[in-house]
Amino acid sequence: MEKAIKRYWPIFVLPTFAAFCIGFVYPFLQGLYLSFCKFITVDNATFNDFKNYLYVFQDADFGHSFWYTAGFTVVSTVLINVAAFAIALALTRKIRGTNLFRSVFFMPNLIGGIVLGYIWQVLLNCVLSLLEKPLLSLNATYGFWGLIILMCWQQIGYMMIIYIAGLQSIPEDYLEAARIDGASERTILWRIKIPNVMPSITICMFLTLTNSFKLFDQNLALTGGDPNHASEMLALNIYNTFYARAGAQWKGYGQAKAVIFCLLVIALSCIQLRATRSKEVQQ
Amino acid sequence: MARTERIKNRILTVVLGILCVAWIYPVVMILLNSLKEERAISTSSIFQLPASETFAGLQNYITALTSRGFLSAFWYSLVITVTSVVLILVCCSMCAWFITRVKTWWTKALYYLFVFSMVVPFQMLMFTLSSTADKLHLNNPYNICIIYLGFGAGLAVFMFCGFMKYVPLELEEASMIDGCGPLGTFFHVVLPVTKPTLISVGILETMWLWNDYLLPYLVLDRKKYMTIPILIQYFRGSFGKVEMGPMMASIMMTVLPIIIVYLFCQKYIIKGVMAGAVKG
Repeated sequence: MEKAIKRYWPIFVLPTFAAFCIGFVYPFLQGLYLSFCKFITVDNATFNDFKNYLYVFQDADFGHSFWYTAGFTVVSTVLINVAAFAIALALTRKIRGTNLFRSVFFMPNLIGGIVLGYIWQVLLNCVLSLLEKPLLSLNATYGFWGLIILMCWQQIGYMMIIYIAGLQSIPEDYLEAARIDGASERTILWRIKIPNVMPSITICMFLTLTNSFKLFDQNLALTGGDPNHASEMLALNIYNTFYARAGAQWKGYGQAKAVIFCLLVIALSCIQLRATRSKEVQQ
Repeated sequence: MARTERIKNRILTVVLGILCVAWIYPVVMILLNSLKEERAISTSSIFQLPASETFAGLQNYITALTSRGFLSAFWYSLVITVTSVVLILVCCSMCAWFITRVKTWWTKALYYLFVFSMVVPFQMLMFTLSSTADKLHLNNPYNICIIYLGFGAGLAVFMFCGFMKYVPLELEEASMIDGCGPLGTFFHVVLPVTKPTLISVGILETMWLWNDYLLPYLVLDRKKYMTIPILIQYFRGSFGKVEMGPMMASIMMTVLPIIIVYLFCQKYIIKGVMAGAVKG
């Protein structure tokens, strides 16, 4: 059978593979090459050694963005996962209206980042002006917390769904056996529920970490990097290096930043997956 | 014991109810303000309900619909989403079946390449991808689906492979012995079994495509084509004083269809997300 299928590879694999080459492989390799070049368009690149990278490591804005992004990623990952897990626990307790609650909490996921950013910009700016505080675009700290609120509002529902699925897949016998043995609710939570939803935790941590680290739309729409690049996350910093500056050197710097960003994301995913995978139990 | 349990549950319901209201409030706020007159929308009055003297009816919606290219943006968003999702579903499911059934070094390598592409952030390829698209004339809403097929293939192939591993071989062998070719076997036997995964992948890709901003912004010919996210960002950024009323109405008109679809297909969407997560 394998041989019969194999002859049909131009029909089965070729369309996807061709599109994949256009949409991923070729741009990726070209991007890798261009990070060592000075260029304005892709056709007039001149080789430039490691100068782009040397510049990037001395760029204060990029360093600031890195720490801003790192801080944001840590805070949002912790908040989102704790809140989503708590809500999932509450919603698996057989209380009335579970379905309604679940639907409402999930809803913000369907609205795109640009629209969400705009809605929250209006809302938060009004709250801030009523409290007579500076607006989002004038204070990077408010911008930071604004982004955190926005991300929580958007992501908690999604993660909650995954946690609910995890909690529901725990066999009822485990819980019953523990109760008969006299385990308290807290012991059940820490000794049975959490170890058994470790796969869900792995997925949610992975998703929230990478989503927060790669955040672009929400950042652009909510603060746009104001004031003066202070609330600029890595993705937006790279974008601005590419498109908001005039001069032949900037595109090369931007591409070098993008390669570093890409390596960071890959490293982050690998470390995180390995760390939580090791804590999973076999059911 | 049972009594404290019941009280606990009641408190939880109240807390969750309050949270729920907080969750819907931003959308409701936009809805209320979209019904107000321009002068009644300012930073100090945004939390007030529309009163009889500030109520504008559907005027803002009419303004938004007739100007600003809203309808064409809506159309382009729809075209891009539908063509890309269909193309991704058909091509990627075929590719995934081939990868799981034919075991050679290059299918394995291809699989890992697809998985790798899921992790790479868009910023890595945004510049080169948009220039590639320009050169190949993929910079309009009708051809951009090829770019999306390439860039979105990773997740789709990964999810299909995860499912197709468990499709029993006997099923396919039986149909091959009965004289069905690989193509017939795939479309008549494998694809119907894959339906749950088709729905999950379809939903995940639709959610991504409909809301995607940066890829179409960079790839499309910006003077001619705009999608909804681009339009909203454009009108905020370029004009000094934005008309808030029509803006709110436009937001409402982009959010409402999504919410309506969500209300009807809720079951599938939530299942799709769960399935996607378990395989992820």
